[in-house]
Amino acid sequence: MTTAFVLEQALNGFQLGVLLFLLAAGLTLVFGIMDLVNLAHGSLYMVGAFFAATFTLALDSFFIGVLLAIPATLIVGLVVEVVALRTLYARDHLDQVLATFGLILFFNELVRVVWGPAGLSVPLPAVLNGSVQLPLGITYSTYRLLIIAVGIAVAFGLYVLVSHTRIGMLIRAGASNRTMASALGVNVGLLFTLVFGIGAVLAGLAGMLIAPISQASIGMGEQILILAFVVIVIGGIGSIRGAFIAALLTGVIDTMGRAFLDEILLLFMPVQAAETAGPALSSMLIYILMAAILFFRPQGLFPPRARSA
Amino acid sequence: MKDIARNPAAIATFVLFVVIALVPIVAPLIGYGFYVNVFARIMIWSIAAVGLNLIMGYGGMVSFGHAAYLGIGGYTFGILSYHGIDNGFIQWPLALAISAVVAFVFGAVSLRTRGVYFIMITLAFAQMVFFLGASLDQYGSNDGLIIYNRSTFDVGGVGPNLGDRVFFYYLLLALLLLVIFICWRIVNSRFGMVLRGTKSNETRVHAIGIPAYRYRLVAFVISGVIVGLAGILMANLEKFISPDMMNWPRSGELIFMVVLGGMGTLFGPVWGALAFLLLAEILSSFTEHWHLIFGPLLILVVLFGRGGVLGFVERLNPRHA
Amino acid sequence: MPESRLEVEALTKAFGGLVAADAVSFELEPGELHAFIGPNGAGKTTLVNLLAGQLKADTGSIKFDGVPITNWSAAARARHGLVRSFQITSIFRDFTVLDNVALAGQSRQGHSFGFWRAARNDPALRDPALRVLDQVGLASRADVPAGALSHGEQRALEIAIALATEPKILLLDEPMAGMGPDDSERMIAFLGRLKRRYTIMLVEHDMDAVFALADRITVLVYGRPIATGAPAEIRANAKVRQAYLGDEETAAA
Repeated sequence: MTTAFVLEQALNGFQLGVLLFLLAAGLTLVFGIMDLVNLAHGSLYMVGAFFAATFTLALDSFFIGVLLAIPATLIVGLVVEVVALRTLYARDHLDQVLATFGLILFFNELVRVVWGPAGLSVPLPAVLNGSVQLPLGITYSTYRLLIIAVGIAVAFGLYVLVSHTRIGMLIRAGASNRTMASALGVNVGLLFTLVFGIGAVLAGLAGMLIAPISQASIGMGEQILILAFVVIVIGGIGSIRGAFIAALLTGVIDTMGRAFLDEILLLFMPVQAAETAGPALSSMLIYILMAAILFFRPQGLFPPRARSA
Repeated sequence: MKDIARNPAAIATFVLFVVIALVPIVAPLIGYGFYVNVFARIMIWSIAAVGLNLIMGYGGMVSFGHAAYLGIGGYTFGILSYHGIDNGFIQWPLALAISAVVAFVFGAVSLRTRGVYFIMITLAFAQMVFFLGASLDQYGSNDGLIIYNRSTFDVGGVGPNLGDRVFFYYLLLALLLLVIFICWRIVNSRFGMVLRGTKSNETRVHAIGIPAYRYRLVAFVISGVIVGLAGILMANLEKFISPDMMNWPRSGELIFMVVLGGMGTLFGPVWGALAFLLLAEILSSFTEHWHLIFGPLLILVVLFGRGGVLGFVERLNPRHA
Repeated sequence: MPESRLEVEALTKAFGGLVAADAVSFELEPGELHAFIGPNGAGKTTLVNLLAGQLKADTGSIKFDGVPITNWSAAARARHGLVRSFQITSIFRDFTVLDNVALAGQSRQGHSFGFWRAARNDPALRDPALRVLDQVGLASRADVPAGALSHGEQRALEIAIALATEPKILLLDEPMAGMGPDDSERMIAFLGRLKRRYTIMLVEHDMDAVFALADRITVLVYGRPIATGAPAEIRANAKVRQAYLGDEETAAA
């Protein structure tokens, strides 16, 4: 085990973390502002991946594919918001969970009908398909570095949007006091649609980014959605900053656990036991982390201020 | 009795149980022997839904992770059977005890949180158990494990075993009625009043001097044990265990059955399981892509079907109309 | 004659920059009815929340019959007889009136880990609950769902729930909130009957009620007690007139 290998795994962890952040940011915004639990958020991730795959294969360019997939995902997101979710804002969380669960079933089946049961692979352009030499003897995939860069750029953009623009001010106002915001003449319905649209695009973007690495497949949304839930629960629901930190933490710990837990266990376990316990324990690691954090901080690391709405 | 006679929900439920009891006798005669298995499955899911309803319908705890206990019950039974231990007197208590311990630990952490946090945490814990099951190479990991012997209950060579289909079927019916009876006692007991109180107004429960947490936790454990029992039964019926039985959609389906039947009613979960599974059975016989209809149907139920099946029957009652 | 007393020492609670309770110290003497008045936002409800345990104080201490209870949970405090009512009616809306009161009675009778016997037919719960309902005039409404009661009746139930726990000290947070004159009149008479049976802290806006009932009055402004004394002293206190009553000097008269 070399230092370079450990650092590579850490970068992989970052890459997963960044992806989780893209999903978690939308989830946490939608929850923080509309008080909506959206299980179907993962479906937008899946739809984004399939759009990117289709456009890339048809037009033979990953960049144009992504460029077209973004508005396509946005449209799907907005249709879902207008048709199904809008009526759910005023409902309790149980209703939201159930209805969006129904949406997942629908979307998974729809994708199966449209794209078939097998997944779609996405070819990368040559520019991105190589690796770059980083300091400390690390050789790292160019494309994964790009994902990390995009993620950090989005995080920065969201930060600027939420804390330094008029829209961000409205978003914060909507989150802290819905009635007040609407009394001040903010079109709350439009604001909600906008926020949902941002979340949909971010989720779709995450799906587009991962498609070249692990292909677009049915059910991909739910796997990562549950991780994203873990992230926002650890981070504190409604907090973008919390989501960012928790996403990186989750990504790194999960990846490092899978890579190194076997060898760590070998230090004080017989080979056979370590080989059995390693995979089991590493797949449970982040859930144990979540349980530990919640045991001490039931509201997550960055609990939101009390909402009056 | 007069009250029951005038209550359509009670009449319908009574008729339902008569039908369930007659299925193994009548269905094979008219060439629908296949439905014996369908109804066995409905009863098993009913037991699980009754278990979830105890905390969800009466205690306001929306657990999105109760499939974990299906898995724990099923895997404990399956693993013991795999190692040649077929005796139900060993398998069942052990499976129920493990369900109880796991429910205690998960509940102890989850119940420190509220609302959406609770929903997401129970989901995450169940997913953890799912991944644990999927990483058990010896027991088939993702592909699952075929079980060759159902539980036997013989003492010294005599006694029933679940390989006897008719015995198994009526055991399911008896267990379902027993579980409903136990829940009926519980929800009307002092414990049950506290449990309902915490659903209605937890702050006030504290303010009158009752520490709600421990009551909620005990209810959570009882609920986990009931679902664990359903898991044992399910693995026995299918003669198969796989991580899929504790995958997150199972938890969602379980919640749906409770809501579909009517939350916080004793027999609602049975109606919910019946409606859910029959609907799935019928739709899937029309098209392979039945989820395309089923998904939106579930959404419509949420948006427009308050009170579930029992609520609907209740509304037929002229006194309430 | 009640014997319980409460000693509150330098209790402080801040929400961000807002100090809702600022080094509040006072005693509830056994059997007295000690009223707290103050303008809106003076921190009266915060004080009740701190005493009953819904909120944790930043600093300060509370002693109940000499025992420090500052770190006790709300349930533990209530269990030992320090019981509150709520300004915003907090009842079990989907329970019947009787069940509301019976559940409160349950907490007095040890733990509630009884899983089998039906609570509703248990005379050990029913009889005392009916007696409490009789006291507040709700006996005839015992089987009505609590959510279906009128506002005045719900306020009476609010008090009945607290009484059913057999408290030693009652913390009453604006029992007359939202009541019309007739209901208020009745509530004042009822509180008069409770006086001397319990040690009572009464937070109230209704000046008629406070001056009619209280043995002592403490005036709270911006989370800080500015005066304590018998009703006559408070009425004459210049600081109170200025800070609290302002120009409406006649209002308290």
